[in-house]
Amino acid sequence: MDTQTLIYIFVGLSFALYIGIAIWSRAGSTKEFYVAGGGVNPVVNGMATAADWMSAASFISMAGLIAFLGYDASVYLMGWTGGYVLLALLLAPYLRKFGQFTVPDFIGTRYYSKTARVVAVICLIFISFTYIAGQMRGVGIVFSRFLDVPITLGVIIGMGIVFVYAVLGGMKGITYTQVAQYCVLIFAYMVPAFFLSFMITGNPIPQIGLGSTVDDGSGQYVLQKLNLVLSDLGFGNYTDGSKSMIDVFCITLALMVGTAGLPHVIVRFFTVPKASDARKSAGWALVFIALLYTTAPAVGAFARLNFIDTVNETSYSEAPGWFKNWERNDLIAFQDKNNDGVMQYRSGDAFEGAPEFAEGTGPSGERVVTNAPVTDSENEVYVDRDIMVLANPEIGNLPGWVIALVAAGGLAAALSTAAGLLLVISSSVSHDLLKSTFKPNISEKGELLAARVAATAAIVVAGYLGIYPPGWVAQVVAFAFGLAAASLFPAIFMGIFSKSMNKEGAIAGMVVGLVFTFGYIFYFKLMNPAANVAGNWLFGISPEGIGVVGMVLNFAVAIAISKVTASPPVEIRKLVDSIRVPRGAGDAHAH
Amino acid sequence: MAETNETHETSEAEGAYWRDNIRLLVSLMAIWFACSFGAGILFREWLDQFMLGGYPLGFWFAQQGSIYIFIALIVFYVVRMKKLERKYDLDD
Repeated sequence: MDTQTLIYIFVGLSFALYIGIAIWSRAGSTKEFYVAGGGVNPVVNGMATAADWMSAASFISMAGLIAFLGYDASVYLMGWTGGYVLLALLLAPYLRKFGQFTVPDFIGTRYYSKTARVVAVICLIFISFTYIAGQMRGVGIVFSRFLDVPITLGVIIGMGIVFVYAVLGGMKGITYTQVAQYCVLIFAYMVPAFFLSFMITGNPIPQIGLGSTVDDGSGQYVLQKLNLVLSDLGFGNYTDGSKSMIDVFCITLALMVGTAGLPHVIVRFFTVPKASDARKSAGWALVFIALLYTTAPAVGAFARLNFIDTVNETSYSEAPGWFKNWERNDLIAFQDKNNDGVMQYRSGDAFEGAPEFAEGTGPSGERVVTNAPVTDSENEVYVDRDIMVLANPEIGNLPGWVIALVAAGGLAAALSTAAGLLLVISSSVSHDLLKSTFKPNISEKGELLAARVAATAAIVVAGYLGIYPPGWVAQVVAFAFGLAAASLFPAIFMGIFSKSMNKEGAIAGMVVGLVFTFGYIFYFKLMNPAANVAGNWLFGISPEGIGVVGMVLNFAVAIAISKVTASPPVEIRKLVDSIRVPRGAGDAHAH
Repeated sequence: MAETNETHETSEAEGAYWRDNIRLLVSLMAIWFACSFGAGILFREWLDQFMLGGYPLGFWFAQQGSIYIFIALIVFYVVRMKKLERKYDLDD
């Protein structure tokens, strides 16, 4: 059977599975729609959280980032896992004990204020939409490369699938499809990693392989060889970074705190039966996530070695099939600057910007690139970092079914995250805006219908952003973390750990944190990108890490203002007392 | 976070439970900070002179070790909190 047929079969089967689960687990009440009835086993929830959390960025892009950034990519590895320690220790059990449906629920109740709730909804919608557009783009990339359909049609098919299980099933449907999606995506990630690790080091466990010697008789360690090869080609050492220490520190912290403040992750912990289950569940989530996150550094390093081995100093006419496949998709380009027909891969950009292709082919048969060449670099190869994971099975000459599996895995990762995000957007509209703020008399049935309508509308907007990605989407996705760190996390944290924090302080803190962080990112990324260099940054902190400063401002403003305004009422102090002890969570979500 | 009115409407057991919890949290967060920001970032270059197999040690902490320690921290916290809750009869 050829690879293309296999891909159709694998992707088709996985889609049928998701829809089957959705039909089996339709939501009948708002409680089922928002929190899956609140009775999900902590291990199951951990697995669903892992799928919810690991997006197209984790599955498709991260290993590629590691491959090309080396040590600097550690910010993602530590940042996107360390947040679970914060969740398990500081937030999840208390929010579960509080026991309502959404993050704005907690903020609105704890700070006894509709304004606080609406500010939280605004933060949530902003964070979730920037994030979801990236997922839809991931769906589009996988479809166009592997299924040979136009990106638009790919996004529409993806929207259709998510519609079925998110709108019908709500949180209940999403939870069980996410479990299936986790299994698909982790299997799809690990199989090629085992193959690659075994090929390069003779040890199939990638985490051990990366610390072993290369299986070529040289006795060199993998990382040692990578450092040597890279410095020969003019790159910096793989195991040293080029970012400043303060920037690495701040980006890591912003990603960690941001992870703990992401609404679609927090809300997963509302679905388990007890407060202590929320702790357990965060632990399981991290175990399932760590499986992929400790494998990714190995995949990245192996992919870089393989890439250099097969591409550098190879004549274009003998370039492997995958090279030409991805060149057809505009994600690889070769500009023969010295006209020798051989591909030189060196440090630096081959040419200015992303490749623009002209009609026709050059002397060696390569697609002609019209970009102005960069003359002070000998590099002739352009490669989009995002392709490393998707191209790995082809680069490593793995069988067709592994390629098919990776296609299904990439889709699973993108769809599961998209569904989780859609759910928090729709519940914040139907529950926080309609039911709790503007139309408190709405019936249970009416609220459920509103949730479904809101989910449908959110899917359409997300799909539109996926088909016509505005230039800023890719730029801004990573900043969802900074915004979450600067707005929601401090408000939730102080809501639990300080009884004297009042509504004036919390609202002012959230607004200052959000406005400052958004303004900084907006200035450097959209208004004046030319100024986005280390010399102009506040304390040398890049826009990626600025959420940390926003967070500090949020805390400082909130504490200062709460000192000079009225302290919270007695019922609120009692509420905080009650969420601090686990007993009695079972009946707390009567609403 | 500064705590005011600690005794407000809380039973003695709840107060003691919360103080024990905070103490545990502070020490676990210190380890969380030390393994990631300490070993993986601030002291990474110094640690890189040691090797763990083929991994420079600081690099290992940044890309592998800190993640394993994060899991261990959560497991430890789950177990200890269960014990604390039984001790003060506050478990759910």
